[in-house]
Amino acid sequence: MIEVKNISKSFGAIQAVSNISFSLEKGDVLGFLGPNGAGKSTSMKMITGFLNLDSGSIKVSDFDIETQRTNAQEIMGYVPENAPLYEEMYVEEFLYFIAEVRRISIKERAHKVEKVVRMCALINVVGQRIETLSKGYKRRVALASALIHDPKILILDEPTDGLDPNQKHDVRDLIKDLSKEKAILISTHILEEVESICNRCIIISEGVMKYDGTPSEIKSKSSTGSIEDVFRAMTLNENIEGVSLC
Amino acid sequence: MLSYQTKVILKKEFSSYFNGPIGYLFLIIFLFGMNYLTFEPGSGSYFLMRQADLSAFFNYIPWMYLFLIPAVSMKLWADEKKSNSIELLLTMPIKVQEAVIGKFLASWSFVGIALLCSFPLVLTTLYLGSPDIGVIFFGYLSSFLLAGAMLSIGTFFSALTKNQVVAFILTVVICTLFIMAGSPPFMEYISTFLPKYFIDLLESLSVLNHFESMGRGVLVLSDLWYFTLLIVFWIVVSITLISENKA
Repeated sequence: MIEVKNISKSFGAIQAVSNISFSLEKGDVLGFLGPNGAGKSTSMKMITGFLNLDSGSIKVSDFDIETQRTNAQEIMGYVPENAPLYEEMYVEEFLYFIAEVRRISIKERAHKVEKVVRMCALINVVGQRIETLSKGYKRRVALASALIHDPKILILDEPTDGLDPNQKHDVRDLIKDLSKEKAILISTHILEEVESICNRCIIISEGVMKYDGTPSEIKSKSSTGSIEDVFRAMTLNENIEGVSLC
Repeated sequence: MLSYQTKVILKKEFSSYFNGPIGYLFLIIFLFGMNYLTFEPGSGSYFLMRQADLSAFFNYIPWMYLFLIPAVSMKLWADEKKSNSIELLLTMPIKVQEAVIGKFLASWSFVGIALLCSFPLVLTTLYLGSPDIGVIFFGYLSSFLLAGAMLSIGTFFSALTKNQVVAFILTVVICTLFIMAGSPPFMEYISTFLPKYFIDLLESLSVLNHFESMGRGVLVLSDLWYFTLLIVFWIVVSITLISENKA
């Protein structure tokens, strides 16, 4: 569903992403792992068509992101980092606006909004202004807006960042439910999250891809079964006791 | 004529003026200020001129716009960039030009509504005498076009920065230059050291000259072209700027 080939991006002298390639299919939950500033968000911004590529290509369900940007965007749902929203709008008004942009017919709009409100447990806040909501609710509003058109591909940039343990649990359950029907790409630096919801993961550091495989394969590289140790060894280029990267 | 997404953005942005205090504040200050200036007891005041026309009203339009229009346009893009909602907006199936045009038209319609709200002045004039309706119509048309030109400049500066205050100040400065370019004291001053062809060029670029010429009730095609080109130029530059520099 997503085919990323040798994408690179630099900002001035800083090489944010360098030659990353991977693919994503229906049923996959791909975890994008890496330290802060590794190039996770930049890659996601390129996949969603927000940033132009310096080189390489991205195909989203056969649509080229550079030449058929809006076609590709129609089948994706995206929650950017920190879940930016139109804070001055009311939750319901915002979701209706997104539904309109997503070309959901007037007849269906109420039904679709109701569905995502239920899915993301927003029923208590639909009549509130977004700026008055807590961080957890804002995340859920952003997630609801990304799900409203029932996209085939879901891209979530640090979806559980800043949430309390209960909210994290709910979001993970939701992602697990959705993964049967969709291809999901999530970025995170919470390693336990990768273990609990991802069937594949990619580790990137300083814009370079260090690993592409399953979480269990990563675990097997450490004699103690610690993903954290392997992560540190890969991203810091250090020798860590009990970790063999070969 | 407008694409589906342009209309959606237009509708959302237009209603955003009334989601907070800014829309109401603008309407109150604009209408109160314009009516005060029109009736203030100076030599150019409405009653002292003893003519059934709205020249006392239209003469003050550019100066009132100078501070209020940048306040309307400053949030268009700067706010999106600061809160990063631009990422949400442009990762939905919306083209940059649709978003820029939609937002610009929303702000233009909003100022258009403010202009329409000054209708009691027209009724008063119709009651007091028999004004030339054509002149009043062109006065409003030129005021509307001037608003469009200044809003397009504001759109560009709002797209240039994340900071609304910076967008406001830059828009005021550039709009002042466009307006001052045609004012007699300024022209007289620069004619002392600049060649004549340059002065002519500057004069032809002046917003004020075209605004006043239209306001006299004569529709000259060059005035219409001037405003159209000015708006198109700044909007195209804004689209290019946002396409290249979204974050």
